Amino acid sequence: MSYFLGSQKVLAACFYPALLEEDSLPLDVKQRAESLLRECDGGSIGSYTDSSGIAKIKHCVSQFITRRDGGVPSSPDNIFIKSGSQMALMIMLKLLIRSDDSCRTGVLIPVPTYASFTLALEKQGAAIIPYYLCEEQGWTLQVEELRRALNTGRKTCNPVALYICNPGNPTGHIQSRKSIEEVIRFAAEEKLFILADEVYQSCMYGDDTEFHSYKKVLSEMGSTISSTVEQASFNSVSKGFMGECGLRGGYVELVNLDPAVKEYASRLLSTRSCPPVVGQIALDLMADPPKPGDTSFPTFSEEVQSIKNTIGKNTVRILEVFAELPGISCQPLKAGYFVFPCLHFPPKAIKWAKRRQMEPDMLYCLHLLEESGLHVRPGCEYGQRKDSYHIRLFVATQENIMEDALQRLKTFHTQFMKEFS
Amino acid sequence: MSENGALPLRGKVLTVDTMNANVKKVDYAVRGPIVQRAVQIEKELKEGVKKPFEEVIKANIGDAHAMGQRPITFFRQVMALCTYPQLLDDNKFPEDAKNRARRILQSCGGNSIGAYTTSQGIDCVRHDVANYIQRRDGGIPSDPDNIYLTTGASDGIVTILKLLTAGEGRTRTGVMISIPQYPLYSASIAELGAVQISYYLNEEKCWSLDISELQRALQAAREHCSPRVLCIINPGNPTGQVQSRQCIEDVIRFAAKENLFLMADEVYQDNVYAEGCEFHSFKKVLFEMGPEYSSKVELASFHSTSKCYMGECGFRGGYMEVINMDPGVKAQLTKLVSVRLCPPVPGQALMDLVVNSPQPGEPSYQTFMKERTAVLSALAEKAKLTEEILNTVPGISCNPVQGAMYSFPRITLPERAINEAKAKDQAPDMFYCMKLLEETGICLVPGSGFGQREGTYHFRMTILPPTEKLKIMLNKLKEFHQKFTQQYS
Repeated sequence: MSYFLGSQKVLAACFYPALLEEDSLPLDVKQRAESLLRECDGGSIGSYTDSSGIAKIKHCVSQFITRRDGGVPSSPDNIFIKSGSQMALMIMLKLLIRSDDSCRTGVLIPVPTYASFTLALEKQGAAIIPYYLCEEQGWTLQVEELRRALNTGRKTCNPVALYICNPGNPTGHIQSRKSIEEVIRFAAEEKLFILADEVYQSCMYGDDTEFHSYKKVLSEMGSTISSTVEQASFNSVSKGFMGECGLRGGYVELVNLDPAVKEYASRLLSTRSCPPVVGQIALDLMADPPKPGDTSFPTFSEEVQSIKNTIGKNTVRILEVFAELPGISCQPLKAGYFVFPCLHFPPKAIKWAKRRQMEPDMLYCLHLLEESGLHVRPGCEYGQRKDSYHIRLFVATQENIMEDALQRLKTFHTQFMKEFS
Repeated sequence: MSENGALPLRGKVLTVDTMNANVKKVDYAVRGPIVQRAVQIEKELKEGVKKPFEEVIKANIGDAHAMGQRPITFFRQVMALCTYPQLLDDNKFPEDAKNRARRILQSCGGNSIGAYTTSQGIDCVRHDVANYIQRRDGGIPSDPDNIYLTTGASDGIVTILKLLTAGEGRTRTGVMISIPQYPLYSASIAELGAVQISYYLNEEKCWSLDISELQRALQAAREHCSPRVLCIINPGNPTGQVQSRQCIEDVIRFAAKENLFLMADEVYQDNVYAEGCEFHSFKKVLFEMGPEYSSKVELASFHSTSKCYMGECGFRGGYMEVINMDPGVKAQLTKLVSVRLCPPVPGQALMDLVVNSPQPGEPSYQTFMKERTAVLSALAEKAKLTEEILNTVPGISCNPVQGAMYSFPRITLPERAINEAKAKDQAPDMFYCMKLLEETGICLVPGSGFGQREGTYHFRMTILPPTEKLKIMLNKLKEFHQKFTQQYS
C-alpha cells in the first residue's frame, strides 16, 4: 500500500530543508514544513522537544479531537504524545499497576486481543482478567460478561482498569453508541479506569458504520458520570489513512485525571527525553490533513478514497470466498486491518493436533505457510473461547495480493478439510 | 453534593495514593523544575515582560542542534531520499546518498520507512552496526544477532535494567551507578523498584573511578540487597572524564570477580578532547583480556545518534550490543522488546548512516569529513575554554572537560546562602541555579540532580552554545558568582 504522498514530501523537507528552495514541492507542503520547523529548537528536527510533544502539535491534535467529537472541548494539557500508542499505553499501565501490594492489580481485557498487549501487561506484573466478546453477535461486548469477569477477577486480584479496543483488533467490530454508554456506566458503578484503544478509528468500511469516541459519549452522559469517570483514549499514525507504523507517532488523551497524578505522568515521560520528532510531525499531518483549497487536497482525497475502496473491495471478496468454503465462518467486518474468521475443524483434525501437542489453529497456520507460502496468525495467539479456533488475516493490502492470498487459502483449506473429514 | 442533589461524586480510581508507588520516586533533573521555570520565563519575555536579559540560554540539556549546531548534510539527504523516494530521480542528490537510501528502503517492508520493522531492528542495519563495531575494535568480531536497535540509548538502558531487576527484600537487584550520574539511571532504578548502589567518583583526581570505592560500595550494599549490575558511563556524564584503558581493565576484572553484569554507556564515544585521552570500548578491552574474561563477563554496551558529532536527539536512534548473555535470558529480551513493536525507523536508518558513513573516494566524503571535524573541533575548543574561564572565578573549580558535552564545576557557597536555601527546603545548588536563571537567563542543572558528595555543590552546564555565546555566558556566570558570594557573605 502506498502511504500518503503528501506526508512524504513534508517529512522530506523537514529532514532536508534545502528542498524548500526547490520549485518541485507544492506550496502547502512547503508552508507546512516551514511552520513545523519553526516549532523545533534550532529549526532542526534533530533537537529534543518537550517530553509530552511539541506544543503546537498537541494543540493541533486537540483541535482534531474537538472536530471529531462535534465540538466537545479538548485541552492540549491533557494530551501526551508518545512513540506509538503502545508506549502511551505502557505509561498509563505503569501508573495504574502497583508492584508493592500482595494483591495484584487487575486489568480487564477482551478476548480476543492482540498478543503484544497481553505480553505488556504480564511484563508490568498485572493480573489479566479476560472478558469474552460475543462472536455470534458480531463480536459485541456484553455488560453481563464484563460483570461476570469482574466478579471472578475480584476473587484473586484488585481490578482497577477496563481496557477496550474499539474498533476491535483482531475482530474488526465497532461498538455501538449504546454499548459504549453501557460500558461507561458499568465503569462508573464499579469504579474502573477506562483505557480506550481507538487506533483504528479512521479505518471504517461499510455504510452503516459510525465511530463514536469514548470521550464524546462520556461527555454526553450527564455531569455525574462525565465529570468523574477517569479515562485514557489512545490513537496513532500507524493505522488509518496514514499507516505510518515505522515513524512511531501516537498520543493519549486523559479525561478526569487527578492533577497530581498527571504531574507524575509528566515526570515519568520526561525520563525518556521526548517522542521521535518525525512521529510527531506525522501526527500533525494526521490531525490536520490537506483541506479543500490546499494544493495537495485533490491528490490527498484521491489517495484516501483509493485506500478505502481497496479495503472495502477486499472485505467483500473475503466474505465471498469464505462463503464458498466449508468449515469457515466469519462475522461482518466493519473496521480495522484484519479479519478473524472462525475455523470449524473436524474431530480428526483436532486429534491430529493433539497428537502433535499443538493448538489446531497453530498447526493449520504452520502447514498453510509451508504448503502455500501464505502467512496468517492463529487465533490461539489472541485468545478465544475453549474449543473454538480462528485465524487472523490482514486485509489492508492491494487487491491483487488479497486475491492471491485468498486463492492460496482456498486451495489449502479445501484440501485440508477433505483430508480430515 | 453534585448539582442535581444525587449521591456524592465518587473518589478517583487513580490517585497519588493508589498509583504505582515507585512512580513517586522518579526524578529527572535535566527536565525538572528549573527547566519549567526557564520555559515560563521564555513565555514572559515573549509577552514583553522586562528582564535583566534578552534571552534564556538553555545550557541544561545536551541538545546540540537547539544550540545552533548544523546537522550533517549527507545524513539529512539520505533521510529525505528514504522518506520521499521520488527524489531518487533528482540529480541534485549525490550518488552515494542515493545508494544508501536504496539499500535502506530495500530492507524495509514495502520499501517504505513507514512500515513496521522487526522488533530487534532492520537486519541490514544490525549487520552494518556489527561491522562498525568490528572496525572500531580492531577486528574483534561482532555478531548482528547480539545487536538490538533501540529508541535512543535510554530505551536500551531501561530495557536491560528491567530484565535484570528481580527478587524481593534482601534479594532485590542492586544496581551500581556512579555519583555523579546521568539521572536516567537513578530515575529508572526508582521506577523499577531496584536498589541504587552509589559509588563515588574521585573529584580530586579528575573524577577517576577507584576500584577500592567500588569495593566499598559493593560490600556495604550486600547487607541489604543483591548487587547484580555495574553501570559505567564512559565518557562520563555529567563529569566528562574519559576512562583510561587500565581503569577499564580493572573494572572488568572487578565485575568478573564479583559476578556483576556490566552496562557500558558509551554514547559520547566520539566526544574525546583532552590530550592523552582516548576512547576504549569496554567490548574491545574485554576481548583483549583473553578468554578467561571475554567468555564469561556479561556486558551490554550502548550507543546513540543523539550525541557525538551527529546531535540528532529528535530521531531517537540507538543500539545496544549484548555479550555473553544467557540464551534463555536473551530470548526473554527479544520478547520484551517486541512489546513496543519496533524502534522508530528514521532512527534506525540514521544509525545505519552513522555506522556506514561516507568513505574516502565517495562523492560526499570530503564534505562529510569537513562537517564532522568542524563539529568535534569546535566542541574541543569549547571544552578547553569552559575549563579555563571557570577556573578564573574564585569559588568555582572545574576539572578538565576530557570528553562528553558538559562541565560539572564545583561551587563554593557562602554559609548564609546555604541556610537560606535550607529554610526554603531547597537544595543549595538549586537555590543558586534558580537565582542565576532569574538574574541572567542562564539555565543550568544543579549538581543535586546528578548526585554529589555530601556538603559539596556543583552545577552541570553544556559546552554546546556557539563559541561567542559560550564566552558571554561564562563571563556572565563569573559576574553572577562574584555578586552572589558577596551578597551572601
